[in-house]
Parts: sequence; structure tokens; C-alpha cells
Amino acid sequence: MGIIHPSTKDFDQLLQTNEVVLVDFWATWCGPCLMLAPVIEEISKKYEGKAVVAKVDVDVERALAEHYQIMSIPTVLVFKKGNLAGREIGAASAKVYETMIENAL
Amino acid sequence: MTDIAIIGGGPAGLSAAVNASARGKSTRIFSTKNNYLERATRVDNYLGMESVSGAAMMESFRQHAKSLGISLETGQIITILPVSDYFMLNFNGAIVQSKSVILAIGAAKQKSLPGEEQFLGQGVSYCATCDGMMYRGKKAIVYGLSDEAVSEANHLQEIGVNVTFISGKQRPAALASDVQFISGAVTAIMGENIVQSVNVNATSIETNVVFILRNVIAPTVLCKGLSIKDGFLAVNRDMETNIPGIFACGDCSGKPLQIAKAVGEGLIAAQQASKYIDDQKK
Repeated sequence: MGIIHPSTKDFDQLLQTNEVVLVDFWATWCGPCLMLAPVIEEISKKYEGKAVVAKVDVDVERALAEHYQIMSIPTVLVFKKGNLAGREIGAASAKVYETMIENAL
Repeated sequence: MTDIAIIGGGPAGLSAAVNASARGKSTRIFSTKNNYLERATRVDNYLGMESVSGAAMMESFRQHAKSLGISLETGQIITILPVSDYFMLNFNGAIVQSKSVILAIGAAKQKSLPGEEQFLGQGVSYCATCDGMMYRGKKAIVYGLSDEAVSEANHLQEIGVNVTFISGKQRPAALASDVQFISGAVTAIMGENIVQSVNVNATSIETNVVFILRNVIAPTVLCKGLSIKDGFLAVNRDMETNIPGIFACGDCSGKPLQIAKAVGEGLIAAQQASKYIDDQKK
């Protein structure tokens, strides 16, 4: 499936229909976000079939960013059965996100 | 890709660069303008250099590095991210890649502000260029404790953030005329879940965000997951931190905060970083 790019209107459905979802909130002008991109890519491949990995551009989906109080990017959220299970602010190593997913699986 | 990214252009960082170069490794040194030794009026305990000024000593160190073709790049490294078998560093918004990293960032003589850690990422930020766009049309406090703070405040104002610049000094001449200025110190950051105000000179000022811009970024902010012991980066005798491929030397790795110790540790860090890179190839 690879990384998906949900819009505000189909975000809830994404959370409802998947057990574990990791969402990377980012923007094109954000240096640390671009640094994080290959890490997120890696995670998406590693958890193919187990967890859904999504990216949300905060400039395009402003409402979504506001709803989840994203005030610093990158911020990565992990949802389990639609509920927020983890939040990591700033770029971290793959291991940090893997632990967040493992805890939710 | 550079072999070794060295962060900090003081005695430890320059020693690491000279010794990495002796091992045939490519290096880049990233350094802010701020240098502690530069301001020392007299140094008396460095072997072979009697009663020399800190500035003269630094000049001599830099010249040595320069003679080997090593140059310092001025600016701040904001983030270090380990990615599988290499590192990505954010240098003033530009992305730099290296096989290993040596931290020689000096010791930060500062405590975090009340509320700073609590609201980090929820209205407290250390990077105007990273988070500025999130606050267009909103109020921002820039607490200017670094040399680059004025240009960052001007940048924020330019992109449409309503900036108030706070510093203990007089209004900086380079500060854009439409940026508000308050002389004073931020003593606390307050809010509920997210930042709502800061205390300055015992007065509460409403804001959506506070950018705290210091010369030295805390190592745990620079790279998430680095271990700290007694306020310094935890290292072993090989100057290895707990993250493979990241080494630390000089004041940031512990006491005594002395030049000879920094230079010696720079040597070890460079040798071990070189060994790390060679071992990765096997």
C-alpha cells in the first residue's frame, strides 16, 4: 500500500478502518520534516500489512493539524482503533517510531 | 557524503578535525560565532603555551586546522537524525549527510525556564525557521539569547508572524523596525496544554508561541535519545555516546572543563569515529 496521504474528510474513516495508524504531520518548508521522510519510508515498508503509515501536509490540511494541536513539526501521532496512542514531537530515529507502533499492535 | 560531521569549533572540535584529517577522513566543522575560550583573557596551564590569551590560542588552533585545508562553517546545527547507517543534520535549514558525528558543542551554562520542557512542541520552539510558518498571523515571543536571534526574529516578522523580541540588552540595531522590543528576561512560560503567555519583568504577556534561541542547544534536543549523566553527555573512554556513530568530546562530555582535556578527547573521538567508519565498510 505504501504511504497514504489522507485529506481532512477521509481522515476519520482511515482511523476507523485500520487497527494501527501512524501519521507524520509535515510541511514542504520544514527541514527536519524532509530529514524524517526516509525514516518514515523505512517504517512504512517494515510494517506493511501491520500498520498504515500516512503523511499530512499541515499547509494543505490545516483543519486536521489544528484539530490535533500540531504546533511544531514534524509531529508523529500513532492511533490504535481510532484513539490517540502516542505523540512524538521533532524528528527521531526509526527505533522511536517502531516502539510506538509495537506498543499499539 | 562527509565522513565526519564535527559540531563545535572550539579546541575539542578542531583537535578532532586535525586528527580525522590525519586519518584520511573528510570532515566538515559547524560552529556558531560564540566561543568561550575566545573570551578568556589569559591561559596559563596549557603545555608549551605560557600566559597566552584565549583569543591568540584559538587563532593558533584555527590556523593549524586551516593549514590542513579544514575550514569552519558558521551557523547552527538544529537537529541530528540517525538514519539506518548514516546521519542527517539540519544546518540552518540545509540538510547535511555524514557517516558519523562528533559533538564538541561545549557546556551550556544555562537552566531551562519554568514551563519550557512542559510546553516543548506545544508552543515552545528552538527553531524559528522550522516552526515559524505554523504561526503566521499569530503572536510570537522571540527570546533572543543567541547571536543569530535577531535575524531569526526578522525572518519571522517577514513571513507574517507578529513578533515581540525580548533580550536583556538594548534594542539591537539590526532588528527590523516593525518588530516590537522589550528589554528584560523571560522568567516563566504559562498555559493550559499549550502556551498562552510568558512572564517578562513580572508582567504577563499573551502569546501563541515562544522561540527560545540560545547559542548552545541542549544535546538531548539536538539528537533525541542521547544519554546524559550528571548534566553532561554520557561517554565511555572511547568518547562513544549511547548512539552508535555519535561521539562527544570536550566540555560537553564532562569535567574538568579544560583545554588540554578537550584537545585530548578530540583526538580520541576522531580516531574512534574513523575506526567506526572503517568497521562499517567490513
